Amino acid sequence: MSTPLPILEKAQRLRAELGEDYHDKLMEAIYADAAQIAESSMSRSSRHASPSFDRALDRALTHPVGGFLTMGIMFFVVFWITITGANIPSRIFGDLLLDQLYTLLHGIASALGTSPWLSGLLIDGVYLATAWVVSVMLPPMAIFFPLFTLLEDFGYLPRVAFNLDRLFAAAGAHGKQSLSMMMGFGCNAAGVIATRIIDSPRERLIATLTNNFSICNGRWPTLILIGTIFVGGAAPPALASLVAALSVVAVAGLGIVMTLLVSWGLSKTWLKGVPSVFSLELPPYRPPQILRTLYTSVIDRTLIVLWRALMMAAPAGAVIWLTSNVVIGGVSIAGHMVNLLNPLGLLLGLNGVILTAYVVAIPANEIVIPTILMLTLTLGRNIAGAQSGVMLELDEGQVYSVLTQVGGWTLLTAVNLLLFSLLHNPCSTTLLTIWHETKSRKWTLVAALLPLGLGVAATFTTTMLARLF
Amino acid sequence: MTAQTVKLCETCPAYDASALKRLGVKVGAANYVVALAGNPNTGKSTIFNALTGLRQHVGNWPGKTVARAEGGYDFNDRQYKLIDLPGTYSLLSTSVDEEIARDFILFGKPDVTIVVVDSTRLERNLNLTLQILEITDRVVVALNLIDEAQRHGIQVDARHLSRRLGVPVIPMAARRLQGIPELLQAVEQVAKGLYTTRPHRVHQFGAKLERALNGLIAQIEQEYPGLPNARWVALRLLDADASIEQAIRDHRLGELNRDIEAASTEKAAPAEVVA
Amino acid sequence: MTQLTLDQLEIGSIAVVRRLNAGGAIRDRLMDMGLLPGTLVLAEFRSPLGDPVAYRIRGALIALRRSQAREVEIDLSEGARE
Repeated sequence: MSTPLPILEKAQRLRAELGEDYHDKLMEAIYADAAQIAESSMSRSSRHASPSFDRALDRALTHPVGGFLTMGIMFFVVFWITITGANIPSRIFGDLLLDQLYTLLHGIASALGTSPWLSGLLIDGVYLATAWVVSVMLPPMAIFFPLFTLLEDFGYLPRVAFNLDRLFAAAGAHGKQSLSMMMGFGCNAAGVIATRIIDSPRERLIATLTNNFSICNGRWPTLILIGTIFVGGAAPPALASLVAALSVVAVAGLGIVMTLLVSWGLSKTWLKGVPSVFSLELPPYRPPQILRTLYTSVIDRTLIVLWRALMMAAPAGAVIWLTSNVVIGGVSIAGHMVNLLNPLGLLLGLNGVILTAYVVAIPANEIVIPTILMLTLTLGRNIAGAQSGVMLELDEGQVYSVLTQVGGWTLLTAVNLLLFSLLHNPCSTTLLTIWHETKSRKWTLVAALLPLGLGVAATFTTTMLARLF
Repeated sequence: MTAQTVKLCETCPAYDASALKRLGVKVGAANYVVALAGNPNTGKSTIFNALTGLRQHVGNWPGKTVARAEGGYDFNDRQYKLIDLPGTYSLLSTSVDEEIARDFILFGKPDVTIVVVDSTRLERNLNLTLQILEITDRVVVALNLIDEAQRHGIQVDARHLSRRLGVPVIPMAARRLQGIPELLQAVEQVAKGLYTTRPHRVHQFGAKLERALNGLIAQIEQEYPGLPNARWVALRLLDADASIEQAIRDHRLGELNRDIEAASTEKAAPAEVVA
Repeated sequence: MTQLTLDQLEIGSIAVVRRLNAGGAIRDRLMDMGLLPGTLVLAEFRSPLGDPVAYRIRGALIALRRSQAREVEIDLSEGARE
């Protein structure tokens, strides 16, 4: 076998002779040919003129007033369509899957003489959790993702990144993080996937690690419920709904502040010195292809995320049921967990039930409140007829009386839950996605522990302050 | 020579299965391997989806956090494996995406590389196209978004472009599925060697650089006779490309021309599995 | 007279790139974007927050941050017009 190393030596020698501008010369030569070939193959009116429509649109969408106004309106409209539009299918799914099919399955199980253990584990555990995730997660995602994709296809989203880049640049991040952040308001797992648009590794990692600070689809209902019955309820009736809405917006806004602060912190400490390059192309506007977008965003985003969520929800349903039904020393495992976590919970102005719910409901934030209600009732005075391990939904008035009378919640508990809902580990679907995208155990662990640590610190501080005054 | 190549290539795919395996691609029963390259935002994924439909698989490039999509399609009783390369503006820089794309084209030796070009940004897109033409002559240019170009008052002469680049240029509006059949046909012709490409090569590097380049090419050709892209290898070596330097140390570069020699002595028929 | 850099180019004006001062990955990226000596650049519009600025480069619209544009030396184009 001959040794080819003389080639390398010769290349090195020639490189030294050619000097540093070799790479530039190469690029220049290629671009010169590209320009010449393009010019000779193309006919158009003026070399530098961009079409007036695109230009006018760009002026409007990046205007200091018009630009921000448009962003605000777009953002509001997308969420309004998502939330109101998802209500109806969610109710239909809930009725069908959580009510009718659930009752039917139990009927079949008892007709077959299945042991209560097996039917409990499979129907109340595995089935109920997956059905819950489908009915609350699928409709908003199936509306939000296509809307987002339409804006993307049209070419609007890069302009948003352009408008907001300075904010993110100050935090050591990339303007495109605003897009993965917004995607995170729909679903953090999808938000983490969306960080792929950031081509600089450092900025992409920052966007991945901070995506959880965007309140996702699974957490909005929790915020709205708790904000309405506790925070709004504490205000004078005339202002109740305004105060409730403000509390929800305040938490989401705090999330954006946290995103920027933590991004800044990461870029100044952990990720300092990791190389970064900025590039942002503003593509020409293109009429969006509505049907194609519907199809691809349902396939690409909704189904992938839903599939991962189901893979997580099914075992979690089993775990939730088992922890409530396996009894050791006269107390269920869930009971033991609640007792164990209660001192810490109280220190944080929460309680053992809440922390236990966050542990067992890790697959999806959607099932945190149903789990809290189930645990509160089955471990306390069962005033609403809850069964061990069977998640349940109640109307607002019932939720309030269960949580205050049985759970012993106060306004402080509610405020801390709002904070903890923002600041805790991402759901397991998101963690799995982070691992997929980074292929790094270290960064997955950081993504889990960083917000959790912040949540513990924030609730602890609030509780201390509340007790002080 | 050309006629013989044509005859041989009807039966022998150019791709290197073992190199492809290293690059994370299982060729399986496919007759031809096709790479899909292009700038970001050119409708590359639209073309990928249009060609593969639901026959696609998403994974990662080996050891990288860059996503890779691959899929398959049948055309005229032949199976094609389509690999979606990362969207890049160039192949000459140090980013991971560019390294993946250029290594795939060089070491994976796809039978055909489709370069998706945005007609409304022709000059910038041709930069990447010309770089790819330095590595491989088995190229089809998908001149996409011609509808958008027309809307912006731009007319691109695909025939002229094809003459200048020396490869087939297919005008397309992939989002309306316009040009897909023509693209499939062109890919088939290049894959089977029925269309003899005469790729444009950049020759304006200046006398000093050309002299250095020619010296290095001579030495490379002496070491690896028949290497199809000695010029590109030389260009990259002068740019201190670590993956090519490594390929020389591992004797992997020599493998690049092995199939061609093998093909001229024995008939390596592809595994023909009809699904 | 001090050397003009791209960040000083007024919106609506055209310039010719003279030299790139950046090195490494940043230089590579600028060149990937088509910014080379001799390239014509038109400053199109500024982000509402003041930075970055969108430039027309070889037909494409590319946003560059001030920190990048400062690394690009330019000459004002003769007869530059909007």
